[in-house]
Amino acid sequence: MARTVWDSTLGKKTVMAVSGLIMLLYLVVHMIGNLKIFFGAGEFDHYAHWLRTVGEPFMHYEWTLWLVRIVLVAAVVAHAVSAYQLSRRDIRARPSKYVHKRPRASYATRTMRWGGVILGLFIVWHILDLTTGTVHPGFRPGHPYQNVLDTFSTWYGNVIYIVAMLALGLHVRHGFWSAAQTLGAGSRTRDRALKTVANVLALLLTAGFIAVPVGVMTGVVS
Amino acid sequence: MTYTDYATGEPVVDTKAPKGPVHERWDKRRFEAKLVNPANRRKHTVIVVGTGLAGGSAGATLAEQGYHVVQFCYQDSPRRAHSIAAQGGINAAKNYRNDGDSVHRLFYDTVKGGDFRARESNVHRLAQISVEIIDQCVAQGVPFAREYGGLLDTRSFGGVQVSRTFYARGQTGQQLLLGAYQALSRQIAAGNIEMHPRTEMLDLIVVDGRARGIVARDLITGRIDTYFADAVVLASGGYGNVFYLSTNAMNSNATAIWRAHRRGAYFANPCFTQIHPTCIPRTGEHQSKLTLMSESLRNDGRIWVPKAKGDDRPPNEIPEDERDYYLERIYPSFGNLVPRDIASRAAKNVCDEGRGVGPGGQGVYLDFADAIERMGRKAVEAKYGNLFDMYQRITDEDPYRVPMRIYPAVHYTMGGLWVDYDLQTTIPGLFAIGEANFSDHGANRLGASALMQGLADGYFVLPATINDYLARNPLGDRVDAGHPVVQEVLAETEDRLNLLLSVDGGRTPDSFHREVGELMWEFCGMARTDSGLRKALERIPQIREEFWRRIKVPGTGEEFNQSLEKANRVVDYLELAELMCLDALHRSESCGGHFREESQTPDGEAERKDDEFAYAAAWEFTGTGEAPTLHKEDLVFEYVHPTQRSYA
Amino acid sequence: MKLTLRVWRQKNADAEGAMSTYEVDGISSDMSFLEMLDTLNEELILKGEDPVAFDHDCREGICGACSLVINGDAHGPERTTTCQLHMRSFKDGDTIDIEPWRASAFPVIKDLVVDRSAFDRIIQAGGYITAPTGAAPEAHATPVPKPDADFAFEHAECIGCGACVAACPNGAAMLFTSAKVNHLNVLPQGAPERETRVLDMVAQMDEEGFGGCTLTGECATACPKGIPLMSITGMNKEWLRATRKVSKR
Repeated sequence: MARTVWDSTLGKKTVMAVSGLIMLLYLVVHMIGNLKIFFGAGEFDHYAHWLRTVGEPFMHYEWTLWLVRIVLVAAVVAHAVSAYQLSRRDIRARPSKYVHKRPRASYATRTMRWGGVILGLFIVWHILDLTTGTVHPGFRPGHPYQNVLDTFSTWYGNVIYIVAMLALGLHVRHGFWSAAQTLGAGSRTRDRALKTVANVLALLLTAGFIAVPVGVMTGVVS
Repeated sequence: MTYTDYATGEPVVDTKAPKGPVHERWDKRRFEAKLVNPANRRKHTVIVVGTGLAGGSAGATLAEQGYHVVQFCYQDSPRRAHSIAAQGGINAAKNYRNDGDSVHRLFYDTVKGGDFRARESNVHRLAQISVEIIDQCVAQGVPFAREYGGLLDTRSFGGVQVSRTFYARGQTGQQLLLGAYQALSRQIAAGNIEMHPRTEMLDLIVVDGRARGIVARDLITGRIDTYFADAVVLASGGYGNVFYLSTNAMNSNATAIWRAHRRGAYFANPCFTQIHPTCIPRTGEHQSKLTLMSESLRNDGRIWVPKAKGDDRPPNEIPEDERDYYLERIYPSFGNLVPRDIASRAAKNVCDEGRGVGPGGQGVYLDFADAIERMGRKAVEAKYGNLFDMYQRITDEDPYRVPMRIYPAVHYTMGGLWVDYDLQTTIPGLFAIGEANFSDHGANRLGASALMQGLADGYFVLPATINDYLARNPLGDRVDAGHPVVQEVLAETEDRLNLLLSVDGGRTPDSFHREVGELMWEFCGMARTDSGLRKALERIPQIREEFWRRIKVPGTGEEFNQSLEKANRVVDYLELAELMCLDALHRSESCGGHFREESQTPDGEAERKDDEFAYAAAWEFTGTGEAPTLHKEDLVFEYVHPTQRSYA
Repeated sequence: MKLTLRVWRQKNADAEGAMSTYEVDGISSDMSFLEMLDTLNEELILKGEDPVAFDHDCREGICGACSLVINGDAHGPERTTTCQLHMRSFKDGDTIDIEPWRASAFPVIKDLVVDRSAFDRIIQAGGYITAPTGAAPEAHATPVPKPDADFAFEHAECIGCGACVAACPNGAAMLFTSAKVNHLNVLPQGAPERETRVLDMVAQMDEEGFGGCTLTGECATACPKGIPLMSITGMNKEWLRATRKVSKR
């Protein structure tokens, strides 16, 4: 069965839909957690520490976190590999373009593809910046509040983050609805509701995430 | 000897139709017909030309039985055959309405509707099989219209007083054809059918008096090839495109049947053409084809013209008492639902009187105002929405507000290759099914009967009767490309195409087609006269002569060349047109779609002359432009006694 | 009307193609688009040039043969087939670009004519109900609820023209395939082959080199018969259901 699924365009789309929904679920949790920054360094840093101790005593220190990380990495890889293979296939299926161009023809496809690439690059930067601190001068492990403040006190930090979050909004907007179709959950009667949920999700996620750099920039968070 | 000095040869007799009570004949024939051992069937190859309702259903069914089928269509896919454009429905004597219908009534209606020029045995078989067709199509997943209880819906159609027409909105032909196409596809996938799309039959190969194959051209590469078989089935449709403007598809053509005729198959009743009363009128010189509006519209639409000549007020401004609902007036019991030939002629008459409407006065109104008031716009929309949309798209007029304008147009040809009860032509091993043959509709076809006949022939009749021929002609004597007859036919075909390419004159194939078409419409159309037909018979050879002197076909034969395809089809129209006119001239009676002005009752209805013309006229080819030989098949009416048709 | 046409000309499948410019005059707004091309072709033939090859047959919007991309839109600016498009949709002096369907699964044969036999092979893979002639039960033996019958009909309306593929930025044949899957899978007659049908048809669709679906909705917008985008959702659902069921067998 796994073979049939992976070999089929519909199967790969299913993989994308499922992995996308996993990441979406994670993002909702992540976004809510981020908002704790508005309640001060203590609460935020405490929350960050708690993430490492979730599930204790059953789980050892950081086990849950690593479990989540593994699932997420798997989801990202599955999502990206399917997306890459499907895109390759799509481009091969339509090798010559029309001479008479119409702008809207591939709007959704383009935003999904380029948005996906932007988000992929952003994830790498984001991890190097705030998880490992590799590209973060003066990174202090165990002090996420200060690190976040650092990042958003540089102009490029804000630009990268905000652009990425806008891309995320667009991606979620088409992606959520699209995943619902791929999984066969759409129907004529449900279509409006699905589109609304997609729009609300996209808006909330973007707004919730962007609130942090905006908070830092405006001095609400300091 | 001129073309009109035809000789009358031996009568042609249908030796296959069994005697006895009409309702037992089909069973009897099926029992008497020899069978081919299932294990031997795959050793037999059958060529089927055409993939419409008749060809598609025949190909699929023969393959299911185990024969090796080699099938051809000129379209890029078998799904595009012109049966797809049939709108209204398909008749079947199911009597689901409990309204007094029966096999015998469908038989009776069809013989009467055909104005007593069809063979009783064939028509009865058609009525019997009609019920099986519906079962077959439903099993294939054809989405017929249904009622809320989940059972099939029916509607009534012109020329009958029962509701026996099954339909799928206005796209019944499409749905039935897709059913046959899907059955065909299953057999192609199973390797039982070798399908050749974009390949057009250009000639028939007859060896030792038997049909043994065809010559066909691959329309993409231009390659001309020969294909061999134990029997050849022509399901290539009708020849209505001889009129240039018709409701046929642009590429529908007469080449397959005409070439078969030239090789010895008799052509029966070529003048019997059906002019459909409800088509969208033409708009100008540029018109390339005509579009039909389903006859089902006559169920609820009322046909009228102004009472006064030259009344050019907009229709909505003409008061009720200044309108002439002429069909309701002349035929009170059938009203707007009279058979097609009668409705068409009545439209022509009122237009000839100067009461026609629209550009050039070539149109009558089909008005839905009453229906909209009675049923509500919603109900009218549900029933006819797609037809109204189509009308609006073509004419830019809104039929919900302004009455439609309609005018008759060539739609169907009842004539075709003469076939016996087994659907075999006068060439042994050559069968003709569907519109390509002449058998079941007499001088006029009732609405929703073409689909019925095409599928009856393809699904049920031919697959039963072809066994008999194949069983009686043992395997073994293979014909191949090296055979001198094959070489000769191939060379003739190549020469013809080369000649077309080499003339390099100053006129396009279309211009000749249009010229002969207009001539036919004028003199061999809705009303025909001795003098008009003679005029046409004088003119056609002249056009033909000019054609071979001035035709211009660009490009080469070794490529995709639509002009060459067209020119080659026009060659055959230019010969067939002549035979149609001769047939119309010789039949100096009126019957069904064939209306001779000299033969009418005092109130202008068609007057048959049963003493003289109760026969099918089967013509034998003797040479291009040379008088053909007439063979008569006497028609015997044991069950439905000829009367003057009355729909008043 | 006087118009400038820019038409894709390509001698055969292997030749390079390019846009050629032609002027046509005396075009009536009542003409259909194809009648306008007829006019051009008549002129080209008389000039001794090769007329423009294009597929067309019924000219009633039902056979699905006509297939032109007009100003970047499959079948042109109206939601209909090319043959039902009339010149009243254009203005005097317009320049009109005419191109063939573009997809690697639909290679160009000549000029505006493409090879759509891939569609036939998708149907051959499973787009049918196995009902050999003669084996049918009485038509009323299985009632079909009207909503199901209407749903089947709505999808059965597909004319196989390929506009969905032409319009899709990915050259996907999802709408075509899903229309047939939905038509047959909703009917009780289609139930026995419900799983194999969708699996085989989708596999064939992939095999033919069509792209995947990114749900841009371009196919449904271009479809002259109004097959809804939700048709694809329905097929996805059928495919997932079939994949699960078949893996349990």
